[in-house]
Amino acid sequence: MGTTASQLRKDLLSEYQELTFLTKREIILAHKRFSELLSKEDRNVPTPRVPMEKVLSLPELKSNPFRKRISHVFSTSDMKDGSLTFEDFLDLLSAFSDSATLEIKSHYAFRIFDFDDDGTLDGGDLEKLVNCLTGETDDTRLTTEEMRQLISNILEESDIDKDGTVNLSEFQHVISRSPDFVSSFKIVL
Amino acid sequence: CVCVCVCVCVCVCVCVCMTPVEGEGTEDRQLAEEEPAAGAKSQLMRMMRTRMKRRPPETAEEPIRRRLLSHVTPTMKVRMTPPREDKEEQQIKEQQTKRKEERPRTVTRTARRRGTRETRREPRERRGKKRRPKIRKEMPKGRAKERRRKTRRTRRRRRRKRADSEEESMSEGEMERLKEEVEEKKKVIAIMRNKPWRMKRRLVHLKECQEFVDKFEGALGKGKGRKFYAYKVMMTKKWIKFQRDFENFKTTCIPWERKIKEVESHFGSSVASYFIFLRWMYGMNMVLFGLTFGLVVIPEVLMGLPYGSIPRKTVPRAEQPTAQDYSVLMDFNGYCKYSVLFYGYYNNQRTIGLLKFRLPLSYLMVGVGTFGYSLMVVIRTMAKNADVGGGDGDDGEFTFAWKMFTSWDYLIGNAETADNKYASITTSFKESIVDEQENQKDENIHLRRFLRVLANFMIICCLGGSGYLIFFVVKRSQEFANRDDLSWYEKNELELIMSLLGLVCPPLFETIAELEEYHPRIALKWQLGRIFALFLGNLYTFLFALFDEVNNKLEEEVSIRNAGPCWETAVGIEFVKLTVSDIQVTYLTILIGDFARAVIVRFLNYCWCWDLEATYPSYGEFDISGNVLGLVFNQGMIWMGAFYAPGLVGINVLRLLSSMYYQCWAVMATNVPHERVFKASKSNNFYMGLLLLILFLSLLPVVYTIMTLPPSFDCGPFSGKAKMFDVIMETIDLDLPAFLGTLMGYAANPGLIIPAVLLMVLAIYYLNSVSEAYQHANAELKKKMQMVSLRVFQN
Repeated sequence: MGTTASQLRKDLLSEYQELTFLTKREIILAHKRFSELLSKEDRNVPTPRVPMEKVLSLPELKSNPFRKRISHVFSTSDMKDGSLTFEDFLDLLSAFSDSATLEIKSHYAFRIFDFDDDGTLDGGDLEKLVNCLTGETDDTRLTTEEMRQLISNILEESDIDKDGTVNLSEFQHVISRSPDFVSSFKIVL
Repeated sequence: CVCVCVCVCVCVCVCVCMTPVEGEGTEDRQLAEEEPAAGAKSQLMRMMRTRMKRRPPETAEEPIRRRLLSHVTPTMKVRMTPPREDKEEQQIKEQQTKRKEERPRTVTRTARRRGTRETRREPRERRGKKRRPKIRKEMPKGRAKERRRKTRRTRRRRRRKRADSEEESMSEGEMERLKEEVEEKKKVIAIMRNKPWRMKRRLVHLKECQEFVDKFEGALGKGKGRKFYAYKVMMTKKWIKFQRDFENFKTTCIPWERKIKEVESHFGSSVASYFIFLRWMYGMNMVLFGLTFGLVVIPEVLMGLPYGSIPRKTVPRAEQPTAQDYSVLMDFNGYCKYSVLFYGYYNNQRTIGLLKFRLPLSYLMVGVGTFGYSLMVVIRTMAKNADVGGGDGDDGEFTFAWKMFTSWDYLIGNAETADNKYASITTSFKESIVDEQENQKDENIHLRRFLRVLANFMIICCLGGSGYLIFFVVKRSQEFANRDDLSWYEKNELELIMSLLGLVCPPLFETIAELEEYHPRIALKWQLGRIFALFLGNLYTFLFALFDEVNNKLEEEVSIRNAGPCWETAVGIEFVKLTVSDIQVTYLTILIGDFARAVIVRFLNYCWCWDLEATYPSYGEFDISGNVLGLVFNQGMIWMGAFYAPGLVGINVLRLLSSMYYQCWAVMATNVPHERVFKASKSNNFYMGLLLLILFLSLLPVVYTIMTLPPSFDCGPFSGKAKMFDVIMETIDLDLPAFLGTLMGYAANPGLIIPAVLLMVLAIYYLNSVSEAYQHANAELKKKMQMVSLRVFQN
């Protein structure tokens, strides 16, 4: 990470290119947007962190129902506050980029949907997921009965070993057959 | 042109080779390459010495593993729990430790030493990342200085001799193992970005692997092959760097990224897919334009005879007074007709100019090359799309799961679109729950079947009617051609009727399709298929009528040898007029159908009885399929007409360019996001398939012309020959060496072609059956997997 917010060092840039799915231009743009999010004092800190509220104010994430989860998943902060360093931000963009593979995308999608971070998608996770997708207002929510029916349908389809939860491999199996997933799981700066 | 391209490529390669390779540890790597003798030899000698001493196995890779874990564990503890540990990484580590245990410790000492140095530095590193860059730069320099000092102190020749003998005594097996190790590390670097690790861990791993590779790669080249090996390694690195730079350059060249991103965030990815398709078409047309202009038009302009020198290039005296009139030019007569835009202008001289450029041959090859290039590009894109799409998943196998996990479009950046999306997702959930709950009501199947048959019958009648209308209008236009006093309508009747049919019929089909009550996705496929049939029917009727006319002209020419009408130019003019009127109709439709509608709804709303915005007519939605089909058919017409009118490709490029800006503006200003969003995302390949079909269908008339119809007697580059194809025969006879001629003679023998065709058919059959076998195997495996997991659960 550059000591001043203005330039990204060339060797770091080439390393990032090697390690992520982003092109040079995208990395430079990401650096610029990240620096804009930093407050004045933070700019001279060696590894600045952007607090979660600022990250969620990005136009690309503002309307996303999963924005808080995305912040939490990609954050490496010890305090679990969802703040992102520049490298976390690059990880985020790389996983959501156009050239990322299905493997990476499905891995991170699973982590995002796992609301309680226990490694599996159980009924509670799925319920929270549906509520995120149907919007926050009351008239768009599903009734309890509909929710129950929906969750049981989903588990019937995806749960192969019938343990009541969807684990990572089952999730990847379901996602790999979907034609829409790769094209919709994209964020571009 | 080919020579110039090759020269440019060579220059670029030379320039790239001149620039130094970027990246950290440059000096380290360069020195490693220059003096693999010095540094690596001393290490090899050390290796030999350590082999004498026996070391316990557990010191093998521990320092490095320890270092890794110490970097990784704090963060791991925060987020990751045992089930999530990366199995592959464990496997790699296991493999490495296993290998190290088996081998008699050739790299232990150095690795350990490096390991301990790293760990010593590490606490400082972790505390502040600022330290890391300085440390990294320090170490290589230090080592480099060491090496330089060593070479200055000892005589190089003596050291090399000693090292050679010592190196040769090192066994083959160890070198092999070392090589394997290096290859493994290289592989890890290559797949690093595909692992869901965090950046810190990846950076550490990358550095470790790169240092290892750098150090020992130089040592691997043995004896005489050493320099070559080092050279090979350096060229590979430069090639990788060149590839990366080229990729970066390519992405900067892609135009309109911002615009498309804006559309995506407002309307979602399905509307944006139209614009991406448009941009792709623009790219393809630019290449075709470059080919045509570079190899046909420019040579003729620069090296051919100028305007007015020969009869075919001059406006005939009879037409001269009106040749400059605007109305005549708009009809592509007058000066337009006798210009480079059309076939008739080109001279049939075998070679022109100082460079002896063979224009007729180039004209023919460019015509054929246009199709070849388009075919290659379309098939490559289709293959890429098919790969990503994951093939034909059974529809309905994972409906709910897919709705849950894949329905949100992460590109949406606009609150209003997001609200729309929420509403549509909720509706779709509720609908599918209801569908699942009640078993399908036993509706009156017979009534439904009858209605469907009725609907299809009506649509076939419509199609037949439109075909006949076009035929009738073409015949009428032939009669009009003989008269002189034509109104504007009569002159452009054909094009108008065709465009109007394209406008009116699709909504008609949609209304009729309401009778059928299909699922929306299936209904969309039927609709697209019907529109396709309509356009195809129209186009082919038009073509047949046109060729009818051409045959008439040819018969006429047989009787009047001289000054016969130039039928190719006439055909070219027809295509150009059709394209231009198509453009005009499309733009007018957008202007009136979308813009005027939006203006009316917005401003009349203030003084109207009912809410215009919420109910009828409200703002328009962007018609994706209609627009895509329009684009596809436009391209088909270009492919057909480009042979007779080289300027048509240029007109198309301009049209696509202006379309992009105009439609982007129209969509943002006058359209609203779709209410009912269901993604026909498999349609991507469907549209490509349509494009491929149109390509083949446009190829047919042109090939027929080249092979069978005799060219006009006194215009165009093939005048005077019996068939256009004869240019190639002439070139083979006169320009190419004799044996090639006999070779081609053998190759064109039916006795060779028929077995080749048979072989291809057999290959297709075989591949088909192999793919079916794979599908069966897939299904079997899936069933087995389910049975096994059920059994496990029960136990």
